[in-house]
Amino acid sequence: MIPLSWFLILAAALFCIGLYGVLARKNAIGILMGVELMLNAVNINLLAFWRYRTPAETAGPAFVVIVFAVAAAEVAVGLALIISAYRRRNTVIADEIDLLKG
Amino acid sequence: MSIATLIWLIPLPPLLAFGLIALFTHRSKGLSHTLGVGAALLSWLASMLVIWRAVRLPDLGQNPITSAVDWFPTANNWFKIGIQVDPLTVVTLFFVAWTIAMIFIYSVGYHNYGQPVGENDRPGLQPHGATVTDAHGHTHRVPSVEPLYSRFFAFLSLFAFGMYFLVVSDNLLSLYIGWEIMGLCSYLLIGFWYAKESARNAAIKAFITTRVGDMFMLLGIVYLYSVTGTLNYRALFADPQMLARLAQAPSYIPGLSVAGMSGLLLFIGTVGKSAQWPLHVWLPDAMEGPTPVSAMIHAATMVSAGVYLVVRIFPLVSAGWAESGAITPAMSVIGFIGAFTALFAATIALGQNDIKRVLAYSTISQLGYMIAALGVGAYAAAAFHLVTHAFFKALLFLGSGSVIHGMEHGVLHTGEHIDPQDMYNMGGLRKKMPVTFWTFLIGGLALSGFPLVTAGFWSKDAILTGAFQGGHWIAFTALALAALLTAFYTMRQIALTFLGEPRTQAAAHAVESRPSMVLPLVVLAFFAVTLGWLGIPREFPIIGGALPDFFENFLHGMAYAVPEIEAAGSLIPLFTSLVVALGGLYLGWLVYRRVAPGAADPLAAPLGVVYTVIRRKYYFDEAYDFLFVRPSRWLAETFTAAWMDRGVIDGALHAIARAFVWIGGALRRGFDIPVVNRGFESVGQGARLLGGELRQVQTGRVQQYMITALLVALVFGLLFYYFFVLA
Repeated sequence: MIPLSWFLILAAALFCIGLYGVLARKNAIGILMGVELMLNAVNINLLAFWRYRTPAETAGPAFVVIVFAVAAAEVAVGLALIISAYRRRNTVIADEIDLLKG
Repeated sequence: MSIATLIWLIPLPPLLAFGLIALFTHRSKGLSHTLGVGAALLSWLASMLVIWRAVRLPDLGQNPITSAVDWFPTANNWFKIGIQVDPLTVVTLFFVAWTIAMIFIYSVGYHNYGQPVGENDRPGLQPHGATVTDAHGHTHRVPSVEPLYSRFFAFLSLFAFGMYFLVVSDNLLSLYIGWEIMGLCSYLLIGFWYAKESARNAAIKAFITTRVGDMFMLLGIVYLYSVTGTLNYRALFADPQMLARLAQAPSYIPGLSVAGMSGLLLFIGTVGKSAQWPLHVWLPDAMEGPTPVSAMIHAATMVSAGVYLVVRIFPLVSAGWAESGAITPAMSVIGFIGAFTALFAATIALGQNDIKRVLAYSTISQLGYMIAALGVGAYAAAAFHLVTHAFFKALLFLGSGSVIHGMEHGVLHTGEHIDPQDMYNMGGLRKKMPVTFWTFLIGGLALSGFPLVTAGFWSKDAILTGAFQGGHWIAFTALALAALLTAFYTMRQIALTFLGEPRTQAAAHAVESRPSMVLPLVVLAFFAVTLGWLGIPREFPIIGGALPDFFENFLHGMAYAVPEIEAAGSLIPLFTSLVVALGGLYLGWLVYRRVAPGAADPLAAPLGVVYTVIRRKYYFDEAYDFLFVRPSRWLAETFTAAWMDRGVIDGALHAIARAFVWIGGALRRGFDIPVVNRGFESVGQGARLLGGELRQVQTGRVQQYMITALLVALVFGLLFYYFFVLA
């Protein structure tokens, strides 16, 4: 059986990729994708700890399903905002979307 | 109505009249004088009824009519105020009622009631006359009505109230109240023509001079009250035990008993009020007031009140006299001041040319006579002279007012610019003003003591007899000399005014005064003659005993303790009064019967420097000005105002102010600006700097925020790891 640490390392690597994407990408869609990666890294962690530590409980998969739902909703809202911003400003670069800046 | 109630009511009508005139009727001249004269007549009627009832009572002196009510609470009982009518009150009330009533009536005419309003008259100045046009188109200057007519009657009524109140009261405190009311009224009336500076100064002089006396009088009252606990006349003066106690108790001054000391303090009040030397200076200046005021002040009221007071307190000043037979120290002081004033003022009267001023000095002299009589113990004679003098001096003052009035008429008619009061501008008025002349003559003869027919002779004779019988040679000589001078200056006055030929056009055109002025003269002249017959001594040759000596008997009912003096029956005082009266009159006539217009006084050349000194009144005004007026001015202006107030007090305040200004400045420079202001400013600038630095962080770039968050999380993670895992 694959040891638990492998899953954790995978999740950490995935989280770091996502984090890098969030911090380094200029494209708002890229940032959004990074956020999705980080969320999924968390999901892997959750599932791994559930399978190895408390397989009798159902809280782990239930938590992951809720995170999926929230992430889906978040992506829907985020993409809608980006489309709206793009229509108005004709760009998806996060630094240029500064409508709230005084 | 009981007689006591009636006595209570005597002073009220003038007070009511004063209030009504002052508050309601002052716009109507007719209504005001109706109220004033009506009130005076009501009081006169009440007084006459009281006198009529009182003289029929047996032993009124032992059992006077009294009535008292509680006034204010003192430590353990009530201070009572009340009325008392004894023989002294009766005689005083008699002349007060008559003279006041006559003066009120006279004032109506004197202030030209019914005359047109002068076109140039101003309130506070004498009326200057009005121009009228008659049926033929001629214009005349005629006297004009007094602008402040109602005000005059209001003041006069208050004055009358003060005098009536003083006469009927039964204790020294309410006497003092009446006394001060009159003092106020005399100030108001002397300054009645207040737009004249001389009148204002005279009013202030009169008020302050009498105030000096009043202050001592108040001290006397307080002293007496603190020793005895009462101010009631009967308790103080009719109780032999009380008098004996007061006569023996020593006072603060060695050699003077409590009785003598309080008597002397009260007497100083009289010195001020009755214008005795050395406080006599106010009275001649009081001539600035209208003539009825002069009569009121000089004859009927204020100055008589002073003598009345000394007669009243006579038992006090003479306490111990009856036992030892020698006059008390207080009496000798009183006698000295009286005799000195009598002689001193008579000499000044010789050198005065103003008709009213001569009478003023004559009044001072005659009051000195009465005071001297009290000093030698002849208190009945003093009271007698007080009454007769009140009548003939009121007569003379009103007569002089009538003369001045006639002269003013002449001045208005001719347009001459002369002083209508200067006797050297008169002359020959007997033909122009016959009634005034005859009544003035009667008054003048009474004043000089013309033998047998006039009242003044009998009262003066009584005083000289008193001085002679007591063996007071100095007083007797001084008084006889004063009587000689009195007769002399009276004749001088009559001769200059009425005899000879007119010395000015104004005098030639003078006219007799109106009936309302002449009638009082006639009434007063009647009393100036007949009143003397009430006091003819029994020992008098031939006619003595034909009429009962009412006065002496009546007043001796007062039961004042007086040593028995055997009636010497000497004719010396009688001859003296005959000689001085007739001699003085004859000399006066001899010197002054013919004075040419513009001539100097016939006495000026022979008397030389002495005449100048007399004419300048022995320089008393100048001396007082130098001794008292200027030092007090200096004290007020230089010392108090300039040095003390502006220098010391203001200086200290300014110094304190400057010190605080300096402290405030130092605090501001040393603490407020560097510490407080700079401190808070640097706090503000620090915040601004910090904000300036920190705002760099606030880029609005989410990714930078996230990097920051990541770094912070890493740092904290490392810290946690270091502290919680490794440690």
